Amino acid sequence: MSFAANIPLFSIVLCLLASAVSALLRARAAAWVTRVLTALVAFGSVLVLLMGIKNGAAVTYQMGHFPAPWGNELRFGILEPLVSGIFAVVLLSCVVGGNKELQRDIEPAKQNLYFVMVDLILATLLALLYTNDLFTGYVFIEICTIASCGILMIRRLGRTTLAAVRYMIFSLIGSGMFMLGIIFLYSLTGHLLMPNLKSAVAALWASGESHTPLMMAMCLITLGLCIKSGLFPFHFWMPDTYGYSTPCSAGILSGLVSKGYIFLLIRIIRCVFGVEVFYASGIQTVLYVLGIAGMIVGSISAIRENEVFRMIAFSSAAQIGYIYMGLGLSPALGTVAAIFHILTHAITKPALFLSASRLVEVSGGRKRFKALQGAAHRDPMAGTAFAVGSLSMIGLPLTMGFIAKYLFAFAAFRENRLLLPTLLALAISTVLNTFYFARTLIRVYNTRGVTPVPPVRLRAQPGFAFAAILLMAENIACGVLAQPLIEMLTKGLSILE
Amino acid sequence: MLQSLWENRVPVAAVVLFAVGFTTLLLHRNLLKKIIGLNIMDTAAYLFLTSLGYIAGRKPPIITDGNTDPSAYVNPLPAGLVLTGIVVSVSVTALMLALTVRLYERYHTLDLDQIYLMAKDEEEEKR
Repeated sequence: MSFAANIPLFSIVLCLLASAVSALLRARAAAWVTRVLTALVAFGSVLVLLMGIKNGAAVTYQMGHFPAPWGNELRFGILEPLVSGIFAVVLLSCVVGGNKELQRDIEPAKQNLYFVMVDLILATLLALLYTNDLFTGYVFIEICTIASCGILMIRRLGRTTLAAVRYMIFSLIGSGMFMLGIIFLYSLTGHLLMPNLKSAVAALWASGESHTPLMMAMCLITLGLCIKSGLFPFHFWMPDTYGYSTPCSAGILSGLVSKGYIFLLIRIIRCVFGVEVFYASGIQTVLYVLGIAGMIVGSISAIRENEVFRMIAFSSAAQIGYIYMGLGLSPALGTVAAIFHILTHAITKPALFLSASRLVEVSGGRKRFKALQGAAHRDPMAGTAFAVGSLSMIGLPLTMGFIAKYLFAFAAFRENRLLLPTLLALAISTVLNTFYFARTLIRVYNTRGVTPVPPVRLRAQPGFAFAAILLMAENIACGVLAQPLIEMLTKGLSILE
Repeated sequence: MLQSLWENRVPVAAVVLFAVGFTTLLLHRNLLKKIIGLNIMDTAAYLFLTSLGYIAGRKPPIITDGNTDPSAYVNPLPAGLVLTGIVVSVSVTALMLALTVRLYERYHTLDLDQIYLMAKDEEEEKR
């Protein structure tokens, strides 16, 4: 086994160590630890990805060389390192780009604790991507919930604390359901490792015995992860959570944490239930319908909002809807489209949150749309980043959003399933997206009735400029050179089983 | 019907406890009661999981008399899982209580609806 096969485990352990060390450091040092850590994890993911592409097969890594029924395993092919690399880069841009707001929103004595939480979130995201054991998945889901609540509640506003309570309640109901599902599966099969579970579930499904408990377990696990990732109608925690947290947290929570849960669901569908069983169970139709409902309801709520952060938050609910629509559509192309949209949203949403917070900052700290008139001229960099993000969410060519929407339509056409509803949903939701993002763009670029002030220089905000340029470059690079990425996703998905 | 309920009394008790906890968590406005509901819900899941690992007539899985035959002992894995679960639920409860303390210090009530209204008013004043 090559050295690269050790990297996933090392990355997880390194993140845990870094978070423990950061608790003792000063804020500035802890911030640098997180930056170096994310860069290292991204670099390591590239090495693992190269190994995966070279091997063309998934590696199962036994921790401590204990064989299957006793030991705990990690598993990685192409998809996992690819997603983890992109997540690490996005996390780096969030931490660097939102640093100014972190200084403003968090008491100086507690700033190092923020980075403890961020390191923990990175560790849990990696573990959720790589683990091959269902119960390990559950434990890291809970750690992720606690760390996410930490980066949310560290801003001491009344509304933020309230949002944290609501977020915790929804999350705990979700993870409770997930745990019950695991217990049911364990009592049915006696396994917790994914490969053993998969063969046991397939045998159980084929024999027709214990059909109801098995369905119950699948429903509970899917439902739990849907609640935690904020699928309609469980998206009510989103606007407050993203709207009142510090922008860096909003970017991490909307772009990465909810995506980690969805990716775990995809893993579980592939590696535990098995594609045949899951797509014969009827659960996928429910996901499809709820996804479309989320796309439309989320967008309509975003149109009715008069505050920029809450608008972006409701738009997240709509984008989560897209992802679940793709999952429900089909196991092959639909899921590729869903994973592509996971990456699109992970790269775009943090850019939107970070740039919107800069636009609010130069508008006297007021979040209402009225106050944002002409804000893009006061901070051109934030304006550009917001424009690129908005256009990507609408789905204009050259951005990732376009490719994602194209892939959804392509999946519906190619597999000739649910063609009309998919295209209709895409069309309606694109019109709605365009409505609220274009309205905001026109507002921030329109200077009527605004006295001009000298624009903020790039040199005055190097962190934000770095993050904005990095995220925009990723977005456009992935949008222009989409073909190799799609091929990697397709290959990665095919060896995921 | 009654007999099968009696035979499955542990899972039935777990389901009832879970329902009690779940409705308390969802429907009560008092934050402390919500946290209690959460704990009841977790306990129900642990009760169910522990009962899965227990096999009547066998001993706890600790070798004392040199007998290494696995059929002499109960299944240790669910107990391990429950232990992990308890650790998780303790830390989650601590976090929820910390949030409750912070809200109480600020608003002097535990009623979530009232807190919500007060927080909204606070926001309006700031604008």
